[in-house]
Amino acid sequence: MRAESILRAMMALYLGVFVLYLFAPLVIMGAAAFNESRFPTVIPWQGTTLEWFSAMWADAAMWRSLWTSVLIAVAVVVIVVPVGTAAALVLTSLHARARGVAYAVMVSPLLTPGVVIGISTLILWRQLGVGGGIFLIVLAQSTFIISYVMLMVMARLQRFDRTQEEAALGLGASRMMVFRRVLLPFLRPALLASGGLAVLQSIENYNTTLFVRGFETPLTVFIATKVRTGLTPAVNALALIIILATVIGAIAYEIARRRKAA
Amino acid sequence: MGELKNRFGPGLSTIFVTLVIFWLAGMVLAPNLMMIDYALRPNLPPQALGGPEDTYSLANILYLAGEPTHRAIFFKTIWASALVAGVTFLVCYPIAFWLAQRATTGQLAVAMLLIIIPFFINEVLRTLAWFIILAYRGPLNSALMNIGLIDAPIRWQGDGGVLAAMVYAYILFMLLPIYNAIESLEKAQIEAARDLGAPTWRIHTRVVIPHAKAGIATGFVFTFMLAAGSYVAPALLGSPGSRWFTEIIYNWFFEGGDWNRGAAYALVLLVLCLAVVLVTLKLVRVNLTDVAK
Amino acid sequence: MSHSVELAGIGMTFGTTRAVSDVTFKVAAGEFFSILGPSGCGKTTILRMIAGFIEPTEGRVLIGERDMAGLGPDQRPTAMIFQSLALFPLMSVRDNIAFGLEARGMSRPERRAKADDLLRLIALEGYGDRMSGELSGGQRQRVAIARALAVEPGVLLLDEPLSALDLKLRQHMRAELRALQKRTGVTFIYITHDQSEALAMSDRVAVMSDGLLQQVASPRALYDNPATPFVARFVGETNAIPGRIIQVQDGHARIDTALGSLTGRAGHGAQAGQPGTIYIRPEALMPGGTENTLTAGIERVDFEGSFALVHGRFDGGEALAASIPSTRLAEAPEPGSRASFGFAPGHAVVLGDG
Repeated sequence: MRAESILRAMMALYLGVFVLYLFAPLVIMGAAAFNESRFPTVIPWQGTTLEWFSAMWADAAMWRSLWTSVLIAVAVVVIVVPVGTAAALVLTSLHARARGVAYAVMVSPLLTPGVVIGISTLILWRQLGVGGGIFLIVLAQSTFIISYVMLMVMARLQRFDRTQEEAALGLGASRMMVFRRVLLPFLRPALLASGGLAVLQSIENYNTTLFVRGFETPLTVFIATKVRTGLTPAVNALALIIILATVIGAIAYEIARRRKAA
Repeated sequence: MGELKNRFGPGLSTIFVTLVIFWLAGMVLAPNLMMIDYALRPNLPPQALGGPEDTYSLANILYLAGEPTHRAIFFKTIWASALVAGVTFLVCYPIAFWLAQRATTGQLAVAMLLIIIPFFINEVLRTLAWFIILAYRGPLNSALMNIGLIDAPIRWQGDGGVLAAMVYAYILFMLLPIYNAIESLEKAQIEAARDLGAPTWRIHTRVVIPHAKAGIATGFVFTFMLAAGSYVAPALLGSPGSRWFTEIIYNWFFEGGDWNRGAAYALVLLVLCLAVVLVTLKLVRVNLTDVAK
Repeated sequence: MSHSVELAGIGMTFGTTRAVSDVTFKVAAGEFFSILGPSGCGKTTILRMIAGFIEPTEGRVLIGERDMAGLGPDQRPTAMIFQSLALFPLMSVRDNIAFGLEARGMSRPERRAKADDLLRLIALEGYGDRMSGELSGGQRQRVAIARALAVEPGVLLLDEPLSALDLKLRQHMRAELRALQKRTGVTFIYITHDQSEALAMSDRVAVMSDGLLQQVASPRALYDNPATPFVARFVGETNAIPGRIIQVQDGHARIDTALGSLTGRAGHGAQAGQPGTIYIRPEALMPGGTENTLTAGIERVDFEGSFALVHGRFDGGEALAASIPSTRLAEAPEPGSRASFGFAPGHAVVLGDG
């Protein structure tokens, strides 16, 4: 059993290294926000300061780009949740062969590189006289985020007992009422989760957005541009706040989910 | 469609079908068709559009084949993306196995949360983190010099930096499908193999990996596709000598001003990715339905 | 208010499969009517055609003398209880029961009052605010019934609603269903593959096989006078001995079998000179009887409590099943021995084959 315990120790060591690998970059990036150095780094440590947070706070361009991202994310959610849900419902009502084809087309945006989605959207709308901007960003992002929503709603639908719909119809409910009172409440958790995922996907998107942004500067573009044109730890301060917000959000979501499951 | 109408009534099903058509026709099919149209036509000034030179040809695609720098970058992007997928697999496999077969329920919950948290964070920020770590006078070089592994700082920016950032960025896309696949393997099968005297590596090559084949293929496909289509990592961490195919495409659109050639290059990238997906799935006999869990 | 249900020559074809062919019967208003058959016999299809979830490809469904063609499930005076019960898991018990009333636009206080009445009827007073997932199997069952009764249906359709319950509860629910039906006077059409369930509860039973109606009769008549070989074998246990009918006279038929000449009541299709089979119930076989004697090799005797079942093989090779009341257990033959049995002609029936 000696070989067994060596393996076990190696596995534990590897797990430790892996977690370090996952978090060290984030910790270093966050820590650099407190370093007085003009370039974001942790070595050498030139003194602890909060000045980069106030610099970030005072950066009007940052606020504009944050606002742009939020606006886009809201518009994306408004589009993707209904369309993704409709797609899942249409798909489950198709016959086997048509379903296979429709399914392939519906997941194809997930297998298409993000830059290609941005490019093809840009080209189509140029033909129609519309240039890059918020409208195209929303449209291009929605193209593949709808696929995620569709998959999440499908997963939930597969656990739906269709006889509930029949029972409701048999009790005299109209089809609208069956949808509103029976199916929608059942889908609610999936709709909320996919809405949350859509917000994250939208705010974090870069590859697709880059091509259709026109003169807009959403948050990711703002950060990427900073890296090239003059990175200061103010960006790290922003990153740290985003990270903390995401981590708290993720933990809260997880706790809520477990409490519900229990 | 009859089934849909029967289930939701004419009003709702019309709304559903309209929404789906709006998505599939207007947002998925039409843009791609227009991109193909662009890719097959020459770049002409507005007054020459529709004129005698405005004909369909493969010239834009052949241009890629004939231009040595672009061709080299194209092939480099392919093998580098495959390398990213391979390294990501090596990093993820032990973790996926441990999560699926060894971890207790409590460990699993904590580990999953730890693994997922970094992936809720923006890809641009994750790349930025590596930008800081790998900086010439950054923490990694200092650390390596302090422990005496190197004498002078190393310039990580370039292929090495891109690889590091991409592996880091796509871990989850490799880990989750493999975890799901190994999780469905009965513990008794591993115990049976051990009981029959198989050494650890053989248990993995003969029992676990064949069982997890579909999950591994899915992970490869996704990682490859994301790497080949990535723009952030090469843009932020690359060097002039490590250009990525997506950067060439970007230049055609926003610096070279030849959208037709850009569309042709994008089309080549799309076809490459779809081909890799379909061929891989065919090879391991996995259905598209099983890919998107 | 309860309705009669009439099926006039209905048939159903799914693609190339014929699920139901030419079924005709009439259920009287207020009757407890069961449709009995093995799985895949078409009984659920019939129920779904009555409910309006599917339209028959031939024939007509009349409920309360009205033709139901083209009417959806929401427009028919029926309510259905599903095998899975299909309670709405995200609604309280009260909202479940009141769902049909909500669909009819009844105001909230009225709905509430009526749901509480029904909760009292099913003896679940005070459970209205629970979620359906918090109830036991029997309670869920009763909620499903109350939900269906809330809309005051003329006909209640039940699709094997007891199949998920354990034996004890199932027997208890049988009695409760029967009592509920008598109390409300609603027409019940009950689907089951469990013959003892059908025989115990129903006023009349329809037996189906392979999409064809075999017989419609009272439970007693079904057991004593099966109309077809299928019914004879499917309803209750039986000893079947084939042969050739040699004489039919005064309601009795004589049949020549490998075990000799036997006499029973003449049933459907019994004609002299035709091949036929005599069906004898296990409880009709008496050890050592002198009339219609049969000899058999005894393989085992299973003691089941109130009776013992004797298994073996007749000399012609057919399986033997004879039940002996425990009070006469001393007369049961020993395993491994040979024994002879007799039966009264009135306790056996001869049917023509085919």
